Amino acid sequence: MESYEARVHSGFPEGKPDVSDPRVLAWLIRRNGLEMTHLSRGSHIGSVLSVAEIIAVLYTSVLNVDPKDPKKPDRDRLILSKGHAGSAVYSALAETGFFPVEQLKTHYANGSVLSGHVSHKGVPGVEVSTGALGHGLGIGVGMALGARMDRAPWRTFVVLGDGECDEGSVWESALQAAQYGLDRLVAVVDYNHMQSLTTVEKTLKLEPFEQKWRDFGWNAESVDGHDTEALKAAFDRAKGNAGSGKPSVILAHTVKGRGVSFMENNILWHYRTPQGEEYEAALAELEAQRP
Amino acid sequence: MRDAFVRVLTEEMERNDRIVLITGDLGFGVLRPLWERFPDRMVNAGIAEQGMVSMAAGLSATGRTVIVYSIGNFPTLRPLEQIRNDCAYHRADVKIVCVGGGFVYGSLGMSHHATEDMSVMRAIPDVCCFTPGDPAETEAVTRAMLRTPGTCYLRLGRGNEPKVHPAPVEGWTIPKALTLREGSDIALLSAGGILTQAMDAAERLAEKGISAKVVSFPCLKPLDKETVNGLLASFRVLVTVEENTVAGGFGSAVCEIAAEEGNGCRVRRIGLQDCFATVVGDQQYLRQTYGMDGAAIAAKAEELLDGKRQDG
Repeated sequence: MESYEARVHSGFPEGKPDVSDPRVLAWLIRRNGLEMTHLSRGSHIGSVLSVAEIIAVLYTSVLNVDPKDPKKPDRDRLILSKGHAGSAVYSALAETGFFPVEQLKTHYANGSVLSGHVSHKGVPGVEVSTGALGHGLGIGVGMALGARMDRAPWRTFVVLGDGECDEGSVWESALQAAQYGLDRLVAVVDYNHMQSLTTVEKTLKLEPFEQKWRDFGWNAESVDGHDTEALKAAFDRAKGNAGSGKPSVILAHTVKGRGVSFMENNILWHYRTPQGEEYEAALAELEAQRP
Repeated sequence: MRDAFVRVLTEEMERNDRIVLITGDLGFGVLRPLWERFPDRMVNAGIAEQGMVSMAAGLSATGRTVIVYSIGNFPTLRPLEQIRNDCAYHRADVKIVCVGGGFVYGSLGMSHHATEDMSVMRAIPDVCCFTPGDPAETEAVTRAMLRTPGTCYLRLGRGNEPKVHPAPVEGWTIPKALTLREGSDIALLSAGGILTQAMDAAERLAEKGISAKVVSFPCLKPLDKETVNGLLASFRVLVTVEENTVAGGFGSAVCEIAAEEGNGCRVRRIGLQDCFATVVGDQQYLRQTYGMDGAAIAAKAEELLDGKRQDG
């Protein structure tokens, strides 16, 4: 029987994708996300598809992390505060060598370490377990504060959901980060404009979102969250903000369900699991986009 | 207790530069010596307890022991999920410190009555819970807590409690219960600052010829099971005393052991009887109103002993 890894890597020359290319890694995050939610009958595929480039650019071009030494002291810290997109981080970690790609097939499975919401227990490369929204930014504030107390060079990155920004705790942490001048803290919002039941606009409006962050004392900018070059440039600018005395936020405009036409901007795919003909159709669309 | 805590913390911070304190915008005056001495290791999180506790978890991940300081329910019930997920699950070296457990801020009203924290905090896995009964116990417990890795909860009383222990508590180790008074007719088991009332009750009982043993439990979780089992074996009636709801707190913890391992010894729980304190009054007034001052404890103990005598 064909292994999980062979199945998701088939089509790449010798079955070995070049995971240093953010577009390849983003594609693999989508491909794994589809496979994992299919096998597990799991949910949140829409979120995984929207955050793919953000996670891919972080792991290929931004984070100073080493799969051979996941706990090295000067590593950058990444917190996936929108823990429900955990399979995106699991994919990136597995594809970049933190643990075997084959293990991804155990997502959600009984006795596995790969829980639906991202968990650090038994998973090399994951700093923090999340799942309850509104926790990650605060933990990131503490890490960035600790790094500054140690005069350490590493940086802290927190990936938030837009719906997550309904949580008051996000704004407590936003105030605290600005108050302490944590300019080596970078937040990225996966701004796909949809949350659990409907659009952000129809739930709790966040606009003017960029201005809100500025008013809270942050450097803020908006980018196309599916454009890997634009994301890289935004992360570079955020790096350049070290010394500005302000934390930075990147509002990455994305499309929920990006890459599978019938999932795009369709709230159904926040929870629905891809099975049967829908799985086959989604797979065919992704295969057609293989970089 | 608060002053004993600050005194020990100051010494420990002097010794260990990885200890950091975060306050939720409280402790004016009390924390001033710490601000002056360790300005780089003091953080004011503002009135934002959820962010404060998440931040503490993140800060501890950089190899620090983080003290989170606030009053009443603010460091516990408000950021409870952050304590559970960010601290306890990650075994973060975070010490949650509450000043004003029970009715310390009695006259301020319901919002400031910390009367469920013992039950709630005890329910979270991997959280060690401390309930010292007087300043001497606070000193011993604070030292032990700062040497215990992982997430802990320290419930303190106020700033000026009377000493119950005649001398410092030396060589205390988790979770040892401390006997304050020997007795043979009935045992009063106390957790937290209500210890003064248990001692007062024992005195009142002695005047009536009843010999009451008083045992303080400065550690609520893990509970000193050995001592509880010893008491269950030696007495026909135990009375637990806590300035907290009886639902799920110290008395419940003792009852769990009694039910599972005891030999039929009856346990009566004194505390807030699953209700809110709705009248206005200071700590002692509320203790009296809600049946947990020395006189009420003594009366309950006497009643229980009478019942037992009638049972034969």
